[in-house]
Amino acid sequence: MPTPRKVRARGERSPLASVGLHLTLIVAAVIAVFPPLWLVVTSFKPKTDAFDTHLVKNFTLGNYTHVIKDTEFLTWLGNSLIVVGLTTVIGVFISATTGYAVSRFRFPGLRPLMWMLLITQMFPVAILIVPLYNLLAGLGLLNQPVGLVVTYLTVAVPFCAWMMKGYFDGIPVEIDEAGRVDGLNPFGTFWRLIMPLAKPGLAVTAFYTFITGWAEVAYASAFMTGEENLTLAGGLQSFVNQYTAEWGSLTAAAVLIAAPAAVVFGLVQRHLVSGLTAGATKS
Amino acid sequence: MAVDTSQSVAKAAGAHSARGRGRRTDKHPGRLRHALATHWYAWSMIAPVVIVIGVIIGYPLVRGVYLSLTDANEANVERTIGVNHIPATYEFVGLDNYKAVLTDSVFWDRLGWTLVWTVVCVALSFGLGLVLANMLNRKIKGRGFYRMALILPWAVPAFVSVFTWRLLFNERNGLFNKLLQGGGIDAIGWLNDPTWAKVSVIAVNVWLGVPFMLVAVLGGLQSIPGELYEAAEMDGASAWQRFRHITMPGLRPVASTVILLSAIWTFNMFPVIFLLTRGGPGDSTEILVTYAYRLSFVNSPRDYAASAAWGVVILLLLSVIAVVYRRALKKQGDQW
Repeated sequence: MPTPRKVRARGERSPLASVGLHLTLIVAAVIAVFPPLWLVVTSFKPKTDAFDTHLVKNFTLGNYTHVIKDTEFLTWLGNSLIVVGLTTVIGVFISATTGYAVSRFRFPGLRPLMWMLLITQMFPVAILIVPLYNLLAGLGLLNQPVGLVVTYLTVAVPFCAWMMKGYFDGIPVEIDEAGRVDGLNPFGTFWRLIMPLAKPGLAVTAFYTFITGWAEVAYASAFMTGEENLTLAGGLQSFVNQYTAEWGSLTAAAVLIAAPAAVVFGLVQRHLVSGLTAGATKS
Repeated sequence: MAVDTSQSVAKAAGAHSARGRGRRTDKHPGRLRHALATHWYAWSMIAPVVIVIGVIIGYPLVRGVYLSLTDANEANVERTIGVNHIPATYEFVGLDNYKAVLTDSVFWDRLGWTLVWTVVCVALSFGLGLVLANMLNRKIKGRGFYRMALILPWAVPAFVSVFTWRLLFNERNGLFNKLLQGGGIDAIGWLNDPTWAKVSVIAVNVWLGVPFMLVAVLGGLQSIPGELYEAAEMDGASAWQRFRHITMPGLRPVASTVILLSAIWTFNMFPVIFLLTRGGPGDSTEILVTYAYRLSFVNSPRDYAASAAWGVVILLLLSVIAVVYRRALKKQGDQW
C-alpha cells in the first residue's frame, strides 16, 4: 500500500532534504574558508613547521615580527594605502557622477559612452602595459603613486559606473523632480538627495575599487621598481623570489595583506547583494 | 522586467531635464550652443571618466596598434642609457606581425586552451553559484553564516589566495599530497604535471569566481516576485517546473550580464595563471594574455611589436565574442 504523501506547508521540506541542504552548504563553506584559514594557521607556526599537517603545535609570532621589523613591509603597506586610498575616493566619486549622468540624462554621446565602458573591460593588460609604461615614463609618473592611481581608475571605474547606473535607475525619478521643484540644480539634486540614498551602491563600488587596487599585480610590478616604491602586491612577489624557503614569513605577510581587505569586506558585505543586484539586473 | 521600467524611468527623466534646460536658453541659439546649454550637466558629469579613459586607454591603444605594425623590440626602441639618449630605430612592417601570429601553431594551441579555460571556468563557477544561491535563498538556519563564509574568498586579494593555493599544492610538502599519502595514495604533481596543472588552475579560478556569481545570482533571485511561485504552486507545478519556468527566466538579465563579464575577465585572467604556474609546466597552462605578457616582459629580447599584435588579436577576439553574445541575447528578446 503506498503511503499517503504528507502534505507540507509552503517553504517546508522533509528532514532528509534539510540535512542534505545543510551538508552541501557546510561542505561548500569549508572549501571556501579553508585556504584562507590554513594561511592564518601556517603563519603562526615556526618556520621549520610550515608544512606540518597539524594545527599549530608551537605557536609563535616570530614570522610577524620578522616581516614587520626586518623587511620593507611597512613601506609597501604605506605605498599601498596611498595608492588604494586615492583610487577608492576618486573612483567612487567619478563612478557615481558617470552612473548618475547615464541613468538620468539623455544626451548625445550616451551610447558611445556605454559601449566604451563595456569595451574597456576587454582590454588585455598585455596590449596596454607597454604603451602605458611609455606614456607614464614620458609624463614622469613611473614610480609615482599617481601613475598607479590613474591606471587603476581605468580598470575599476567602467564596471563601477555601470553598477552605479543600475543603482540610480532603482531610485525613483520623482525624488529628483522634488529636488528640482525646491530649487536645486541637477548637481545639487545629485549631491544632496541622490548620493545619500545610493549608499549601498556606493559601498559596493568602494569595495570593488579597493579590492582592484589592493590586489593588482601586473601593473604594480611593471610600473614600480625599487624596494621602497613597491606596493604590497609587488612586494610579496619580490618576497617569493628572494625567500623561496621562507614560507613562514610569506604567510605572515600574506595574512597582514589580507586583513585590511577582510575588514573593508566586513563593513560593506551587508550591502553587497543589494548593490550588485541593481547593477547586474538593470545595466 | 526591471529593464523596461528602468528605461522608461530614465527616458522620462531625460525628457524632463531637456525641457527644463531648454526653457532657459535663447530663442534662436546656435546648434552647438543649444546642445551645450541642454547637455552641459550630463557632459560635465561624464567628463572625468571620458578624459581618464581617453588618455590612459585611448593613447596606449592607438600606440599599441601602431607598435603592432612595426618591428619594435628591446634593442631598437627609444631609450636612455646613462646620459646617452638613443632614438628609436624600429620600422613600419605592415601586417607582418599578424601574419606571424596567425600562422604560428603556438597561437592556435594557446587559443584552444584559452577557450577551454574560459568556458569551463565560467560554466563551473556560474553553475556552482546558481546551486548555492538557490540553497541560500531558502529558509534555512544559519543562512547569514553560510553566506558570509561562501563570499569570503572574494575578500581575500586574489594574489594572496593564489599564493595560499600554491602552498597547498606544493608537490613534496603541500597539505594535499600529505593527505593523499596519509591515505596511501601517491603524491600528485599538482603544478608540475601538464594535465593536473590545468585542473589546478581551473579549480583555483572557480574558487575565486564563485562568490561573485553567488552574490549576483542571489540578488537576481531576490528580485523575482514571490507571487509567481505561489501562483505556480497553486497550479501544481513541481519544484523543477518552478525552477525551469520562473527562476531561470527571472534570472536572465542578471545571468546574461555576469556571464558576459566573467567570460571577458576569465579570458584575460592574468594573475591566476601567472602566479600559480607562470604558464607552466612548459607552456601547458599558458593563455593568450600571459603569453603576450611573456613576450614583452619576460622573454629576452623583449618583443614589443609581437606582444602588441597578440594584444590586438585578443581584443578583436573578445569583441567578436561580445557582439555575437549580445546578438544571441537580443534575438531572444533581451534589452540593451
